[in-house]
Amino acid sequence: MSTRERDDRLDDGADDRLDDRLDQEGEPPAPPAAPPRRRIGWQKLTLVPAFLVVMLLATWLWFAQAELDPLSENALADGQVSKALWQHIQLTVISTFFVLIIAIPLGILLTRPAFRKATPVAMTFANMGQATPAIGLLALLVIWLGIGRRAALIGIIAYAILPVLSNTIAGLKANDPSLLEAARGIGMSPLGVLNRVELPLAVPLILAGVRTALVLNVGTATLATFGGGGGLGVLITTGITNQRMPVLVLGSVLTVALALLVDWLASLAEVLLRPRGLEVGQ
Amino acid sequence: MSESHGAAIELENLTKRYPGSASPAVDNVNMEIKAGEIVIFVGPSGCGKSTTLKMINRLIEPSGGRIRIGGEDVTDIDPVKLRRKVGYAIQASGLFPHMTVAQNIALVPKMIGWPKGRIKDRVEEMLDLVGLDPGEFHHRYPRQLSGGQQQRVGVARALAADPPVLLMDEPFGAVDPITRDHLQDELIRLQHELHKTIVFVTHDFDEAIKLGDRIAVLRERSHIAQFDTPEAILTNPADDFVSGFVGAGAALKRLNLTRVRDVEITDYPTVSVDDPLQAIFNRIRSSGTNEILLLDKRGRPYKWLRRGDLMRAKGSLARAGTLVTDTVTRDATLRDALEAVLTDNTGRVAVTGRRGAYIGVVDMETLMNSVHELLEADRLEALEAQHELEEARAAQTHAEQEGPGGEAKA
Repeated sequence: MSTRERDDRLDDGADDRLDDRLDQEGEPPAPPAAPPRRRIGWQKLTLVPAFLVVMLLATWLWFAQAELDPLSENALADGQVSKALWQHIQLTVISTFFVLIIAIPLGILLTRPAFRKATPVAMTFANMGQATPAIGLLALLVIWLGIGRRAALIGIIAYAILPVLSNTIAGLKANDPSLLEAARGIGMSPLGVLNRVELPLAVPLILAGVRTALVLNVGTATLATFGGGGGLGVLITTGITNQRMPVLVLGSVLTVALALLVDWLASLAEVLLRPRGLEVGQ
Repeated sequence: MSESHGAAIELENLTKRYPGSASPAVDNVNMEIKAGEIVIFVGPSGCGKSTTLKMINRLIEPSGGRIRIGGEDVTDIDPVKLRRKVGYAIQASGLFPHMTVAQNIALVPKMIGWPKGRIKDRVEEMLDLVGLDPGEFHHRYPRQLSGGQQQRVGVARALAADPPVLLMDEPFGAVDPITRDHLQDELIRLQHELHKTIVFVTHDFDEAIKLGDRIAVLRERSHIAQFDTPEAILTNPADDFVSGFVGAGAALKRLNLTRVRDVEITDYPTVSVDDPLQAIFNRIRSSGTNEILLLDKRGRPYKWLRRGDLMRAKGSLARAGTLVTDTVTRDATLRDALEAVLTDNTGRVAVTGRRGAYIGVVDMETLMNSVHELLEADRLEALEAQHELEEARAAQTHAEQEGPGGEAKA
């Protein structure tokens, strides 16, 4: 113990009482209590949106001076674009919703002792869902279910189950077994252990899976048009089949912008939803 | 404090057999643990001591036998309910990293449905009990604590719902030796206040001696090699296995069994930093000793002042004297005290009480006298035990010679 610390003791500060007590006991000092820190820096908040604004502005300016022939005008008129965009968002949101309510509970179930043996089988199916080319799967589904949004949605969902399922399983399996034993040891019921310890600790990995699924879904939703599901894919295919660049470019740019926006929102959610005690580095 | 005291634990023919293995992991353990005592399970790795402990709160379901806590048979009750009544602390604290210290401690009281206000008061009380400032530590997350502090919170969590029984599975195994020492002292102090029944698993025999009222030395399959007080095990090991486990240096280990509170703490002349310089001068002159102990504002030992120190430092208290480098509490073992006396060049060590306040001193002479007395007493006891053994043997031989008609030996 240094002279300085000893001399500090002579000062009668109320708040150094604890430090003194620990000093005296010779325990290593604790890491300092971190001041509440803002979780999201300004770069993270502004960079992606700024890029999106620039991209969309550039596209808009290009359209303003471009001369459109009747065919292109026709394809873009009457709120066709906003309708396609809205359909696309709907496809993404609905498919992600179903991916979550299927994959997360399934992942939880597959890590329970009673169902652990079924994990390889389930993972094989999830892998098949992703390994099958989405367009092939969609074609098959259309033959089976007929043209429409339902077939498209099922195709998108099958494609995105895997990342969420495997991340849920990985997240739950990564939990320290001695921690779970401690949870049971202090008297938590199996459901309590799951809700209060296992899931909160697995949140970061599960959210990473959800983010991957969201971005995948924005991409695969462009294929919905082949099954009559609408979406921005309509603009892209119209542009290609009629050889009209502006239509094709608009469809592509909007898809890219939507994917980036969704990814950015998901990254914010990841940061905000991660349990506070788990953040690394101060 | 309206704490509940300990409850007795009885293990009867407790057995654990894992499917697919020929011999049981825990074989027929019978044990009675009295209310309010600390019993240590000690033994080599893989001897089943941890398994035996976990069967008490049925984290591992026994395959045979009964468990009774406070007279109530808990072998078949709902394990979740049982565990809420039995405190459980493990190695590396087992705190949940996504909950604050307060949330961790509040878990069990919340589960058993205490009202909010009571839980809040209890959390503060528990933090204070384990020596952490509630205001400072309440909102911290486990990773913002040192290993020793985490372990303290772990113990606070285990005690939060005021269980009569506390199970501790190598709780201090993962902290550094110095911190472990402090945590052990702390546990002894807590037990003086709380009188819980504590079952404690360790593979460190020194820890067992320091903490245990009784020690169960376990060999493979949790067979009890010896179940007795630390003194008896040190002076009279039941067999080669136990003496092998006790290891060398039994005389030094004996020092671990006696605490500073059991020996004579002598008074020593002291002054406070608040005293005027002249008063300090007078006190040194009138004390009749070479040195005098300077206490800080809160009555804690601060410096040793020799005659002339003040002169040399020109009357400045901040520069005069030598700092007190080490102190012991009343719960410290004589071994700690000896260590401190040997390292301190004054040949004595200050004894402190609550919040580090000065109580008295222990010097070399006191220590030597107590050690001689201790060893003499042990020798007598061992002689007596040997004598009894010989008598028993003689009686046995006698009975054998007399034939089956004789009375069975006592």
